[in-house]
Amino acid sequence: MAEQDDIMQEFLVETNEGLDQLDRDLVALEQDPGSPAIVAQIFRTMHTIKGSSGFLSLDKLGRVAHLAESLLTLLRDGRRDADEAVTTALLASADAIRSIVAHVEHDGNEGDDDHAAVLEALSRLVEGGPRGGGKTDPAGEPAPAREPQSGATNGGANTLRVDVGLLDTLMNLVGELVLARNQILQVSGQLGDTSLVGTCQRLNLVTSELQEGVMKTRMQAIGTVWTKFPRVVRDLAVSCGKQVRLEMDGHATELDKTILESVKDPLVHAIRNAVDHGIEPPGPRRDAGKPAEGTLRLRAWHEGGQVNIEVSDDGRGIDPAAVRRKAIASGLLTAERAAAMTERDLVQMIMMPGFSTAERVTSVSGRGVGMDVVKTNIERIGGTLEVHSVIGEGTTLRIRIPLTLAIIPALIVTSAGDRFAIPQVNLLELVRLEHPAQGIEHIDGAPVHRLRGDLLPLVHLDELLGQRTVTDPDATTETNIVVLQADGQQFGLVVTSILDTEEIVVKPLSKQLQGLQAFAGAAIMGDGRVALILDVPGLARSSGLLGEGRQRRAGAVDAAAGPEAATASWLLVRLGGGRRVAIDLAAVARLEEQRADQVERADGREVLQYRGQIMPLVCLDARLEGRRAAAATPAGEDSEPLQVVVVRDRAGRTAGLSVHRILDIFDEPVATLARTSSPLLRGAAALQGRVTDVLDVEAVVCAELGAVAQGEHR
Amino acid sequence: MNTERQLCSFRLGDLLLGLPVSCVQEVLRFQQMTRVPMACGAIAGLINLRGQIVTAVDLRQRFGLPARPAAAEPMNVVVRTADGIVSLLVDEIGDVLLVDDGSYEAPPATLRQPARSLIRGVHKLDARRLLLLLELDRVLAIDATAHEQAARRAGQPLGAG
Repeated sequence: MAEQDDIMQEFLVETNEGLDQLDRDLVALEQDPGSPAIVAQIFRTMHTIKGSSGFLSLDKLGRVAHLAESLLTLLRDGRRDADEAVTTALLASADAIRSIVAHVEHDGNEGDDDHAAVLEALSRLVEGGPRGGGKTDPAGEPAPAREPQSGATNGGANTLRVDVGLLDTLMNLVGELVLARNQILQVSGQLGDTSLVGTCQRLNLVTSELQEGVMKTRMQAIGTVWTKFPRVVRDLAVSCGKQVRLEMDGHATELDKTILESVKDPLVHAIRNAVDHGIEPPGPRRDAGKPAEGTLRLRAWHEGGQVNIEVSDDGRGIDPAAVRRKAIASGLLTAERAAAMTERDLVQMIMMPGFSTAERVTSVSGRGVGMDVVKTNIERIGGTLEVHSVIGEGTTLRIRIPLTLAIIPALIVTSAGDRFAIPQVNLLELVRLEHPAQGIEHIDGAPVHRLRGDLLPLVHLDELLGQRTVTDPDATTETNIVVLQADGQQFGLVVTSILDTEEIVVKPLSKQLQGLQAFAGAAIMGDGRVALILDVPGLARSSGLLGEGRQRRAGAVDAAAGPEAATASWLLVRLGGGRRVAIDLAAVARLEEQRADQVERADGREVLQYRGQIMPLVCLDARLEGRRAAAATPAGEDSEPLQVVVVRDRAGRTAGLSVHRILDIFDEPVATLARTSSPLLRGAAALQGRVTDVLDVEAVVCAELGAVAQGEHR
Repeated sequence: MNTERQLCSFRLGDLLLGLPVSCVQEVLRFQQMTRVPMACGAIAGLINLRGQIVTAVDLRQRFGLPARPAAAEPMNVVVRTADGIVSLLVDEIGDVLLVDDGSYEAPPATLRQPARSLIRGVHKLDARRLLLLLELDRVLAIDATAHEQAARRAGQPLGAG
């Protein structure tokens, strides 16, 4: 029952807001009769009220709203003028709705008044039809609605309703506080006054917690909105005589409160559409060879600093031909234009105002407002809406909304002296090439990098952003590649340097900058300066990676590259007893010679100091035989230098492998891998005509690094 | 007299420009800016104004004037608009001037182009000074097309759409 109460409560709040809006709009309509924008706005409000009354079984309310909506349809289509009789009747219907809602709020039923006068006035106007028809007296002033004493049903004791505007102000104030704190911390550090330092540290802590708390107040999981949907779907399905199963995925996806509010109505609309129009009744489904029960899927996830919400059904799909016919019939398109449109574009037509493919007018949906409302609401918050449909298989509606004001973890990089934030959700891995000339190849001028055998298209951020730096291709400096993913396509972004990860507060760009598709927003960094947030899908599009004929999956890249991609580069080493081991060159960071006395010990393990870090050293020989043994056993001054292969796993962690001898580097395709028993090997293969073990670098590093990390803590 | 109004004045090259004080939020010294790659030249950068990210528009660029000498630091005139606040970079801040509606005239027809559409009217001040009233909406009307044109001129890669 609690769920029902929840729905009812939500409905009451919404309807009251809608009614206030209705009053304002009706008054505006009186002053500006015939304004299509105002009529459309009133129509949407009334449509929402009607829809809600439908699934809450508020029949009286439904009747009033339905008739009012029919009258508004006449206005919208220009078949009737918004004269005084019409606005009076509409205002009377708004009053009637208000009185019913007040009753519902008070005692849960719709009250005894049957609102006959209002209904009669409305139906007379509707049936009076085209203009001039019937000098109707709109029932005079309907008896002033007796509003029951309200204010009995207010929420729980542990929650407060807080104005979002106030939260915005708080958020900005906290931002200022953080900057002031940073400066004070710096100054106190310079002064060295102990009591001041202590106070500052407390200030620091409190500020951080305050910041976190204020941010949290604005975030809500999308699940809070979804809880109502199972009921909505069930009721709709029952009333349409269909069987629908609702699947929901991504409950915990957090959205800013304001955004969540604005996507709620569009989602209800989308769901209603899917059940009413998308999913077929059990009979036709079985005939089409589909299970009688239709599936409606809701998914939500973060991607590219945006929230994606998908509503998909496995129903009949949208018939582009039907859309074309309908668009021509309703005058939205000329026959020539319709003929020139692609099927994909035709499907998008369903979001045009005044369009509906449903043949009948039902009380659920089908007046052609649904999708247009959804689109308007989504675009108002800067989102986009796409429809994909395969006839006979189903329809997917994808809503992408920005994460304005959401907090996201981001990787901070620099390019040509500017700092940029890359949303962590797009990030796959970081690759550092120490000799760029070796790691980067070109296909007809387009740079690519071989990442573990797959070709990774490379994009230079400075070139893409037109930052005009003089890049010397033979520069000996290392190359940093940020491997990113957008819409299933992987690519490597070459940046000047990689700084750190930081939690950033995404702020939208001003109107003047919204045309730039490379940026998703901006954020204020710890030092108080502004950094732009890169829009990874936007970057991919700018660089032509996500064109029309794009490859959907990263795996398609190597397929397109032909047999070339199956060839891997190998580093061949020799271990004791003449054993040959091949190491994927992509995982090899460096080859080093180390004197045995450079090997140090940490908790009984051998380590090397390598580039300011402690790197574990693995005696590959022993490890492959399942034992641990020192690589530098007799640590004499004059002993042979150790041959160390520095490998890096996907997480960017390094380890040194000591081997007897480095033999060769060669390119050779691996036809088949024979299974071996060691978990540290990918298998054995015939390379250069001899049986060679192929090392699994990931497994080796993983096996080693867990152990070393524990050892360090001791 | 109720036909008098207060204008915040500022200097840009040889021009004396003005905006009603009601739309000026504050005036700031030069602020550190984050430049915005791919944006057209009129976008000077982004400023952190007490936790708010504000776009700075270089008025010299808008008026097609030569760039400011490197040593000269521009001033920020932070203005309120329906779409949030924006900062205008000007050379120098002037006084708040009291002008009379009687001194107002439409811009002369001979005014050359960038300036012509950016100026709403002219107030004739004493001592042969003219104060040009900015048409703020036009000044800030910078959209995707402007960025694309700038990028095309510079021969940069373009967003495919």
